[in-house]
Amino acid sequence: MNIDMLAMQAFTGLSIFTILMLMALGLAIVFGLMGVINMAHGELMAMGAYCSYATALFFERFLPGLMDSYVFVGIVVAFVVTSLFGYLLERGLIRFLYQRPLDTLLATWGVSLILQQCYRQFINPREVEVPTVSWLQGAWQATEGISLPLSRIFIICLALVTAILVYLLLFKTRTGLRIRAVTQNRSMAGATGINTERVDALTFALGCGLAGIAGSSFTMLASTGPTTGQQYIVDTFIVVVFGGVESLLGTIASAFIIGQMQSWFEYFMSGSMARASILLLVIAVIYFRPNGLFTTKVRR
Amino acid sequence: MSKINRRDFLKAGAVTAAAGVLPAPFIWPKGAQAANTVKVGILHSLTGTIAIAEKSVVDAELLAIEEINAAGGVMGQKIQAVIEDGASDWPTFAEKARKLLDRDKVASVMGCYTSASRKAVLPVFEKSKGLLYYPTYYEGLEMSPNIMYTAQEATQSVIAAMEWLHKNRGKSFYMIGSDYIWPRTTIKIAKATLQRLGGKVSGEDYYPLGHIEFSSAINKIKAAKPDVILNCVVGGSNVAFFKQLTAAGITGKNQTVLSLAVSEEEVSGIGADNTVDTLTCMGYFQSLKNPANDRFVKAFKAKYGANRVVGDTLECGYNSVYLWKLAAEKAKSFDVEKVVAASSNLEIDAPEGKVKFHQSNHHLWKHARIGRFRKDGQVDMLFESPLIEPNPFPKL
Repeated sequence: MNIDMLAMQAFTGLSIFTILMLMALGLAIVFGLMGVINMAHGELMAMGAYCSYATALFFERFLPGLMDSYVFVGIVVAFVVTSLFGYLLERGLIRFLYQRPLDTLLATWGVSLILQQCYRQFINPREVEVPTVSWLQGAWQATEGISLPLSRIFIICLALVTAILVYLLLFKTRTGLRIRAVTQNRSMAGATGINTERVDALTFALGCGLAGIAGSSFTMLASTGPTTGQQYIVDTFIVVVFGGVESLLGTIASAFIIGQMQSWFEYFMSGSMARASILLLVIAVIYFRPNGLFTTKVRR
Repeated sequence: MSKINRRDFLKAGAVTAAAGVLPAPFIWPKGAQAANTVKVGILHSLTGTIAIAEKSVVDAELLAIEEINAAGGVMGQKIQAVIEDGASDWPTFAEKARKLLDRDKVASVMGCYTSASRKAVLPVFEKSKGLLYYPTYYEGLEMSPNIMYTAQEATQSVIAAMEWLHKNRGKSFYMIGSDYIWPRTTIKIAKATLQRLGGKVSGEDYYPLGHIEFSSAINKIKAAKPDVILNCVVGGSNVAFFKQLTAAGITGKNQTVLSLAVSEEEVSGIGADNTVDTLTCMGYFQSLKNPANDRFVKAFKAKYGANRVVGDTLECGYNSVYLWKLAAEKAKSFDVEKVVAASSNLEIDAPEGKVKFHQSNHHLWKHARIGRFRKDGQVDMLFESPLIEPNPFPKL
């Protein structure tokens, strides 16, 4: 292993870290802050991907001159559509199940199956092709031996921007203050005049919208089809559970650790063995720290 | 009062939902057996993960049935298709197979896509003495008296591919595949072939089905610098694999990549830009030039839309119905044993050219074809083997 390869593997690790973080942020907010196990998170990511697909089709037909910038519009559309869907889902279904976490699991799993079949029925049973814009194709030749895919660099930037925005929203705005207050003590927050129902709906919509952003940007790396969500959901849950359910910082740290492990294990072992080893390590950590790496004390 | 309302609402909802889930070309099984029809089962996944691949096979099989009926049926009897949904779930496949054989008493079944679903229905077909036509290229290592295999078994594609690559493209091979029986068996045969030819394996790597992160794999390939990448990745993973290869600067232009599980149908999801100039090895390409194929492609597009593409499995499904019809006519009976006996050495002028059942092992003599993907997702053929004898139990 020479120095070029070392650099490219380090970049791979960084890339996987940001991908996992982007996937898990939305789920961490919904699962961690609200205690809702959202099994439809993967399908919401697929919804984001389909939004990108629809945007690409629209630009191809009506604004071919602006095709190169459709990717940004696609991300915004994905965020708006999925968060709107999340809002309606929360109002129509989830809010009746807050005291029953196992029922949210079943209900959202049902939603995920319905969404999958809808994609299959009304869009296309096969994967659809989402074009990658020309300026994100190919790789940046850093030195002669090191080439870094532009699409991955883009996702790294997007993930960092998203993480910073989520941080600012949660810790520097009044909305964020309300969200944190409701998380820490629902009835007390209600007593001080916070409309907890509205906060719940907004938080859920935010989590879903983040899934949309992730799904939309991953069209550059992976497939867009009815089962796309299934490819993401397991990794997403592992990251959130490993990091500690109540802590966003834990989610980010766990994404980093798992991303690094995946990158290096896959380099030195076969892909399947790497996967098994990561899961074993995660199980071991969960065994000794049942609440994940980071735990915060929350009064229920 | 409110209860009744809710119940009515649920009922209405269930009906609309059911109507929504029914695929367009659904044919309702008629209750009683009409006098002049023969029932044929179609058992594929219309819902669930594998529906991606199986739905279009159903389309092709229904097209064949429609054509046969328009031409007068089989021995004067119209074929009545009984469609069952295996739902990408192996126990469901077994249950539906039992229903088709015991209740509908179908004369034969066209069905299954994954090996797992075939293994699940195999005991049902053997016990109830049914007859299954299986239209997917697969790993071999099986020969049931109640199954006819109408696509390539592994040796029929990979050996020819390895010989051609070794002669024309280079001596060192990097093998990558999804982690289950088909890629593992195929790569095992590929390695044995390579050893015989005197080539070198520069790496071998397996990833779980559905894996979407290939950047470490690609770095490993870059470090190994093989002449040829032999790609046995399957399904949605292929989209990720090709997109990430292209992004890392490995394309068909500067690297030989041969895929064993990417047909024209998969390319529509991967994006033709990402597969252009890479190679594929299949038994059939839509671009084949012969009268039977022209007719088939034209009929398929006329029925299902001009933008549909046709791939290997789809064509094998189409052939299956005709192979069964010919065998039944030769046997002058729908009896399973007689149809199987009549299938021995049975020839058919398929869209892929003349193919012929093996005398005894239930598989077809088939061509292996190597082609290069064009910018429009279609394939230019580079090599066509003579008919290859099926050998489902290779000695390695």
